[in-house]
Amino acid sequence: MSEILTPEEIIKKGELVFKKTKFMTDANLSYCPGCGHGVAHRITMEVIEEMGIGEQTIGVAPVGCSVLAYDFMNIDMQQAAHGRAPAVATGIKRVFPEKYVFTYQGDGDLAAIGTNETIHACNRAENIVIIFINNGIYGMTGGQMAPTTLEGMKSSTSPYGRDVSTMGHPIKITEMVAMLPGVCYATRHAVHKPGLVRKAKKAIRKAFENQRDKKGTSIVEIVSNCNSGWKMTPVDANIWLEENMLPVFPLGDIKG
Amino acid sequence: MAKVRGAIVVDTERCKGCDLCVVACPTDVIALNTQLNGKGFNPAYPANHDACTGCMSCALVCPDMCITVYRYKPQKEAV
Ligand code: SF4
Ligand code: SF4
Repeated sequence: MSEILTPEEIIKKGELVFKKTKFMTDANLSYCPGCGHGVAHRITMEVIEEMGIGEQTIGVAPVGCSVLAYDFMNIDMQQAAHGRAPAVATGIKRVFPEKYVFTYQGDGDLAAIGTNETIHACNRAENIVIIFINNGIYGMTGGQMAPTTLEGMKSSTSPYGRDVSTMGHPIKITEMVAMLPGVCYATRHAVHKPGLVRKAKKAIRKAFENQRDKKGTSIVEIVSNCNSGWKMTPVDANIWLEENMLPVFPLGDIKG
Repeated sequence: MAKVRGAIVVDTERCKGCDLCVVACPTDVIALNTQLNGKGFNPAYPANHDACTGCMSCALVCPDMCITVYRYKPQKEAV
């Protein structure tokens, strides 16, 4: 005879297979509904929890939508000036070489004002992890064009679409820094589908293991939606992401 | 054959009604409630709970970590 359990009985008798990690605080995330930042935060913190390195890890938060990451990530965090997170992380790691140090940055932070810091930290093979959220736009300040904005993509500062003849091409920072000998691991992922979330988490784990093994800089790019800036529902934004962002920013390992 | 069953608990006050779990669920368990939560969002709820397999797809894509997932594997029955 087979028993038919109600959902309440399954909750009582069954195995707990997923719950929010304690390494995320209980604070409500400040992100728009459906924004990929929440998943990127969570998988980063799950990796830190699973590696048992919570007390040894210091995160560096950027300027941008994720400026409040230190409120959400339940570990030691430091706030950096706009774009300077890799420089701040360099300092922290050099003072505390035994700690795990990572930056969490959006494309406006890492690929625009912080290009210099990003490239030089990578070139110096700073033994840090860079988590780079690329949504092709300045989200927090109101959807302005970023260096990563796609060709033809409309934003509040490119209302007729990005014209590459005057505004340049979407910059592929992860490919660029992959060329540097200091970078041991450069990879691009996404978090809008369950299978992709699992893969992105594995990549973040590998990046932290590289830091443990003192291999140099690891950069994990996550192509994410900015549904508010793109002016779409979250579901439509993820479809748009697949159809438009991924051909320009293809997923997979670039190095390592 | 005894099937693996699942169940979810949604933190409805935390939920922002983004709809991503509804789309991610392979067995169409989740819907958005017409009743609003305190912040004025339509929170997710298991409308078709008996179809849940505990696959965690919803929880993996939830940006706000609102979903807790349980799984129950029926024991092999003694003959
Ligand atoms: S503005 Fe864009 S990136 Fe910022 S929280 Fe909203 S959806 Fe996310
Ligand atoms: S655990 Fe899987 S089957 Fe159950 S509600 Fe979530 S996505 Fe649907």
